[in-house]
Amino acid sequence: MINGTELSLTIAHIVQRLKGSHLHSQIERQAKECLHQPEIKLESLREDVRSFLKTSGGHNNASFCYTHSLPPSHPTAPPEHLKEPLAYMRKAQASWEKRVFKSLNSMSTELGVPLARMRPAVEQKELANKWNEMGTDEPDLSRFRPVYAPKDFLEVLISLRNPNHDGSEDVSARSHWGLIQVPLNVRDIPQLRQAYSELNLTTGQLGIDDHAHIHPESHFLSLSCLVVVEQDSAAAQQYSRQGCSTGLRADLWALILNSTNQPQDVMHYEQLKAGVIQHDLLVDNLIYKDVKLTASNDDYYFVFEDFLYQVLLCFSRDTAVLEHFKYNSATPPKSYIQGKVGDEECAVVYPPNVCVSVCDFVGMCFFSTVAPLCFLYNEPSKLYSVFREMYTRYFFRLHSISSSPSGIVSLCLQFERLLQTHLPQLFYHLRQIGAQPLRIAFKWMVRAFSGYLSTDQLLLLWDRILGYDSLEVVAVLAAAVFAFRAENLMEVTSLASAEAVLADLSTLKVMPLIQIFLFATAI
Amino acid sequence: MAGKVKWVTDIEKSVLINNFEKREWIQVTESEDWNFYWMSIQTIRNVFSVDTGYRLSDDQMVNHFPNHYELTRKDLMIKNIKRYRKELEKEGSPLAEKDENGKYIYLDFVPVTFMLPADYNLFVEEFRKNPSSTWIMKPCGKAQGKGIFLINKLSQIKKWSRDSRTSTFVAASSGKEAYVISLYIDNPLLIGGKKFDLLFVDPSLWCLTLRYKLGFCRFCTVKYTPSTSELDNMFVHLTNVAIQKHGDDYNHVHGGKWTVSNLRLYLESTRGKEVTSRLFDQIHWIVVQSLKAVAPVMNNDKHCFECYGYDIIIDDKLKPWLIEVNASPSLTSSTANDRILKYNLINDTLNIVTPNGDIPDCRWNRSPPREALGNYQVLYDEEQAQSENAERDLRSRSGQSLGSKGTKGSAGVRPATATWK
Repeated sequence: MINGTELSLTIAHIVQRLKGSHLHSQIERQAKECLHQPEIKLESLREDVRSFLKTSGGHNNASFCYTHSLPPSHPTAPPEHLKEPLAYMRKAQASWEKRVFKSLNSMSTELGVPLARMRPAVEQKELANKWNEMGTDEPDLSRFRPVYAPKDFLEVLISLRNPNHDGSEDVSARSHWGLIQVPLNVRDIPQLRQAYSELNLTTGQLGIDDHAHIHPESHFLSLSCLVVVEQDSAAAQQYSRQGCSTGLRADLWALILNSTNQPQDVMHYEQLKAGVIQHDLLVDNLIYKDVKLTASNDDYYFVFEDFLYQVLLCFSRDTAVLEHFKYNSATPPKSYIQGKVGDEECAVVYPPNVCVSVCDFVGMCFFSTVAPLCFLYNEPSKLYSVFREMYTRYFFRLHSISSSPSGIVSLCLQFERLLQTHLPQLFYHLRQIGAQPLRIAFKWMVRAFSGYLSTDQLLLLWDRILGYDSLEVVAVLAAAVFAFRAENLMEVTSLASAEAVLADLSTLKVMPLIQIFLFATAI
Repeated sequence: MAGKVKWVTDIEKSVLINNFEKREWIQVTESEDWNFYWMSIQTIRNVFSVDTGYRLSDDQMVNHFPNHYELTRKDLMIKNIKRYRKELEKEGSPLAEKDENGKYIYLDFVPVTFMLPADYNLFVEEFRKNPSSTWIMKPCGKAQGKGIFLINKLSQIKKWSRDSRTSTFVAASSGKEAYVISLYIDNPLLIGGKKFDLLFVDPSLWCLTLRYKLGFCRFCTVKYTPSTSELDNMFVHLTNVAIQKHGDDYNHVHGGKWTVSNLRLYLESTRGKEVTSRLFDQIHWIVVQSLKAVAPVMNNDKHCFECYGYDIIIDDKLKPWLIEVNASPSLTSSTANDRILKYNLINDTLNIVTPNGDIPDCRWNRSPPREALGNYQVLYDEEQAQSENAERDLRSRSGQSLGSKGTKGSAGVRPATATWK
């Protein structure tokens, strides 16, 4: 199906992608080293080196990296189609971005604060000095108001319609009761059982079975140690499906995400830091305000307040993040440093993610996807590197409009379908009392449950996101939570009381809930 | 055992009173017939004082040991521990083993400490060995961080030197205030750049030592710096909530506290499981050893139990240091979570001390059943250890703890010959 030219295009693309990466230098080094091997002969150099590499680990990790570096579509398709194949989705995302950016612009004009400006030398020095303790600062942020709240984003998702699909024919008892009205393909329980077979009730899971002494932890431990020693990314991912041991999770995640802490990564982080010190961006204030209001009041994350500022401020200036826009429907806008409009040298590619996630900076709590990582990585550039990978692989999909199975639209739809199919009485009841389940579950899903679960449980959930390379478990968990509290929910008579029943998730154990929902629900 | 427990308290805290009321106990006054008295430290002194003291009858319990101060006063704690170590050394016990630098391998869990003014000269000798070190001065009889300050020059404690030459009688509890001076741990483990300490509640009753599974960490609100210019900034150095809550950044939602399980998760994830387990084992070890150190001087009165608050600091090499033990950990709650924690602690304590809510009977020797332990976990059971003494030699030297079945086998980190006894 894929012809010669397409193949070479694909290969060229992969090579381009891998060039300059750690993996590339590793393979290069291995190839050079193998030249000293006696088996390698000059006449058959190419084949010999190839077969040598095949047996070495670098090959495995390279192929693992390959599966993550390509978009799942035709290599000669136009770039917009690579980002998002569905036209109406692209349109919706574009108009959402425009709206957000417009808001930001008007805030800038209203407050007389430029979108981007160069800091005077005195201010630069000050910031450099207090880089490690930005949390003790108390700048006046009262003028900054949120650009918009999560529920605004939800309203946009609810209003999505596929112009080619006439939903009026579905007016029947079997029609969709939920809020999402686009016909995306989402998996139901029988399909999920197949895809998530490692989670079935008879397979040991870390976090449940080691505590109950059914499968001693040593069983999991020896496997994972081996994986780390061998530096095998694919195995790490496979292993992660049953949960990572706390002592090894940091290494395993870094392996899966191909996040190394090479000197060039540290340098990159330092460069970003320098960028933060040099320029002040409007969104910085929003970041600051958000972290101050939410993270510093959180029981688990308040300790890491300063790290959060550092990571987020650097992230908002990281143009390497642009790479991920190949797979995201958002387009980064440009801004010019105050006073130099038109001068391309002074064009600051405005935080690439500002439009997809400026909502993160307020209310949606961007910090919530960084904070749990602070429990695993205490070195800033490593923390930054892992966070960037997590964001560009998974979390950005929670904040933009796309048809991806891991995108927020699909997750919302999947949640609603699961609930309607397997807990129809509950769904119907909640709908009748004006408590659409999605209105409650949205805030959990859009943050991948960060800030709602206790940290150890959250990390177990994220193990599976990495293990299955998908955010589907987030939708499954949301449905499982409703199933778990179904009895109480059937008794409530208002949205407020439904919210109250589901307000505190901090005592939940996620894996048993997911397992029961997926494998013990009668179909 | 008919009749409801009659209780008295001179500490008006809701976490206490709510617990009594939920058991439908009857509140009485001190002069009436009471079964259970939760008293403050001042009161306990009167109850057991030679002059006014009264004999407790078999159906009466109080929440302090008469001479708890052997453990809870900073100077006496140090004295007892030093004495205990010397005794073990004399006996030739393997516990008292020292390394090539003359430091105890297993019993080096308190920072180098001297009594002032009594040990002033000894202190000066030690100070001169390491003149760039920082030391912390703490008044013996105060709590909540009151009167504490840091020094790094001898001149700062001049006034304690004069007394040591003139007077040899400085009673600990009268006359000039006595201080202890300890080597300051200037390399504390930092999380998020901030210093913190651990507070564990360990109740002691009759022969049992228990550990409350839910302790907490108290964080400083300001970033830690060992810089000498900040020696006076108590917000950097002292973690006591009484001090921190006056800081600009004190947060009333979480109160600058983490649960120990958060700490454990963080340490396991960033440092590894093994070293974290070893750390917590060492902390258990500290509790047991400190209690053994005061056992000879402690009046093991069956009418008494006590909830000691162990204050521990972890340094950046993951070594725990015992800073002090409190006789009455604060029952004031600074946050909602705090209140819940303390309420549960009192609840679990009462369940053990007065099983089934019955009127206490001190003639019985009760080992609480596993279910009644709640969040407590048995660290060390003296009676069980004694009965197992006979079997000790038969048991293999696997380093297993000789504590009762509820104990976590944490002696595994010690060499096989060291046992709990």
